Amino acid sequence: MSDTTVPYSTGETKLGDTTLAEMRELAARYPVGRSALLPMLHLVQSVEGRITPEGIEACADVLGLTGAEVSAVATFYTMYKRRPVGDYHVGVCTNTLCAVMGGDLIFERLKQHLDVGNDETTEDGKITLEHLECNAACDYAPVMMVNWEFFDDMTPESATQLVDDLREGTEVKSPRGATICTWREAERVLAGFPDGRADEGPTGGKATLAGLRLARERNWKAPQGNHSGRAPEPEQTVSPDAASGPRPEDQPGKESQTVHTDDARKED
Amino acid sequence: MLTPVLSDNWDQIRSWQLASYQRSGGYEALKTALRMQPADVVTAVKDSGLRGRGGAGFPTGMKWSFIPQDNPKPKYLVVNADESEPGTCKDIPLMLASPHTLVEGVIISAYAIRANTAFIYVRGEVLHVVRRLQQAVAEARAAGFIGVDILGSGYDLDVIVHAGAGAYICGEETALLDSLEGRRGQPRLRPPFPAVAGLYGCPTVINNVESIASVPSIIANGPDWFASMGTEKSKGPTIYSLSGHVTRPGQYEAPMGITLRELLDLAGGVREGHTLKFWTPGGSSTPLLTADHLDVPLDYEGVSGAGSLLGTKALQIFDETVCPVRATLRWTEFYKHESCGKCTPCREGTWWLVQILERLEAGQGGEEDLETLLDLSDNITGRSFCALADGATAPITSSIQHFKDDYIAHFTNGGCPFDPMASTVFATAGASA
Repeated sequence: MSDTTVPYSTGETKLGDTTLAEMRELAARYPVGRSALLPMLHLVQSVEGRITPEGIEACADVLGLTGAEVSAVATFYTMYKRRPVGDYHVGVCTNTLCAVMGGDLIFERLKQHLDVGNDETTEDGKITLEHLECNAACDYAPVMMVNWEFFDDMTPESATQLVDDLREGTEVKSPRGATICTWREAERVLAGFPDGRADEGPTGGKATLAGLRLARERNWKAPQGNHSGRAPEPEQTVSPDAASGPRPEDQPGKESQTVHTDDARKED
Repeated sequence: MLTPVLSDNWDQIRSWQLASYQRSGGYEALKTALRMQPADVVTAVKDSGLRGRGGAGFPTGMKWSFIPQDNPKPKYLVVNADESEPGTCKDIPLMLASPHTLVEGVIISAYAIRANTAFIYVRGEVLHVVRRLQQAVAEARAAGFIGVDILGSGYDLDVIVHAGAGAYICGEETALLDSLEGRRGQPRLRPPFPAVAGLYGCPTVINNVESIASVPSIIANGPDWFASMGTEKSKGPTIYSLSGHVTRPGQYEAPMGITLRELLDLAGGVREGHTLKFWTPGGSSTPLLTADHLDVPLDYEGVSGAGSLLGTKALQIFDETVCPVRATLRWTEFYKHESCGKCTPCREGTWWLVQILERLEAGQGGEEDLETLLDLSDNITGRSFCALADGATAPITSSIQHFKDDYIAHFTNGGCPFDPMASTVFATAGASA
């Protein structure tokens, strides 16, 4: 953990009437307003860059709670940060499976490369490094996350390249998500304010589609249903080539290393 | 051998959008359901034999039937999309590729239990999944599938996508409810069960993503169709997730009861030049199995009979390069970190377990420490509010059962005899880590 002390309050807050109005909007979405507390704390982070005392008080005011009640919640969840987070929160999964597949070595390399420890931020304020627990992408191990977007099948080399790109301001895209926004922008989406980027990225990566492609290749299907609830045959939405089976390099024993963009089933 | 149902549209262009989902027949089941009586929808799901896909395997239709319809309070449907069990990675790809499968399931399920508000509680650490869910709900609302008087049926429903904030314990259903109420995510004592007193003290059904996503196909094709797949007591198709030292990791949707031998065959086997050492049938909270268990049917009964649990069908494959002590220590550190602190055996016990395992991994210990670990585990499991504590002991007791020699090798070797580099994916890729 970092020894860097952060003032309890800097005396400055960016929380204004707009944010308070958005907090009330969040509370109004739920049958009971307090249910909006987690989204509201995400919103505080999107504005303040961390959970500030002012943010806690603002949540308490809107929901009619005490500051202690809000603090109790804010300190329970690992995504809420008391120290300022950089533009890019970089996570490395070091739960067992990712760890043995290379996550431990990746995390060590990044600590060295960025000269920071766990849960610390680089001096330029760009990157906060943290080791993560399982992020539900084990079929792409070792996995990293940048601002909670997936980065799959990582190596120490690809990991250092990734953080270098982020620090230099090069546009970075998640292989199964969108162009990487800032951590604060991500927090705003998690608070419940969409950013219109849902259509970026593919349906899934290679591992997601591994079973389906094999089923297509071997013409394995679930049995036909008795009812006619579903449309009998989906319209042709994929190219005949694509529908006929997996790409040759995806056939058993022939691993493909790259994602082809000329595959009609692979969006964009 | 594979039966893609939930995953069947994942290779369609922009499969996450409403238009694509409807081209694949999406929302036809909703129309069918809204022409049925809610109780008949419950019966259909009961008759299908669908069991909870979140790990416990409780019959979904029966869970729904526990909702007291004479209770005047509002009813709620809550989807547990807090997928966090180590090794588990099925719901996230489903929601990324086809969020509407879940949304349609939510609407039908909420209609069945007569809920007018439904929540999708998704873990916060998956930004793009949150985006796709938000958009799917907005599209469904714009199309008249969510809102007031849905498709002229007189049925009203609001659906709220709610992002969590990082806490494994919130995958436990009563902790999830506390979290959704804006509190620390700590499990509740049961009874009362959520069906009687759940969210805001009201009757509540909580189901896993895959369970709810299975509902549209049951309504569309009939319960008999669903029950025609699988084994006697474990029905239907389900998603098996292969990860780790396997040639082609990923999602494989097959009838309940397929074996790991069959799945490994489909996935190209254990990584080339290596052999299977141990595996989890359903995440780290399910006791480890070995190559002796390759032919165990992966259904609830089969895996229980082998001394483990089917869990989330998260098949983590570890080959002979992996140290079982290191694997166990890391999982135990996870449980220590994620213990919510409510119950003493779990809160204190997981810290003790980590301390002992750290010593053992460093080669500082003896066989008597293994007895202490087993004794501790015996005092932790079954003695807390929720199953986190039980899960925490599963890797320990099972690894000592199967790999006692590896523990002892640490003592005689004065440390871990395994090369951590050998287990990495880049072991042979020339990485200079």
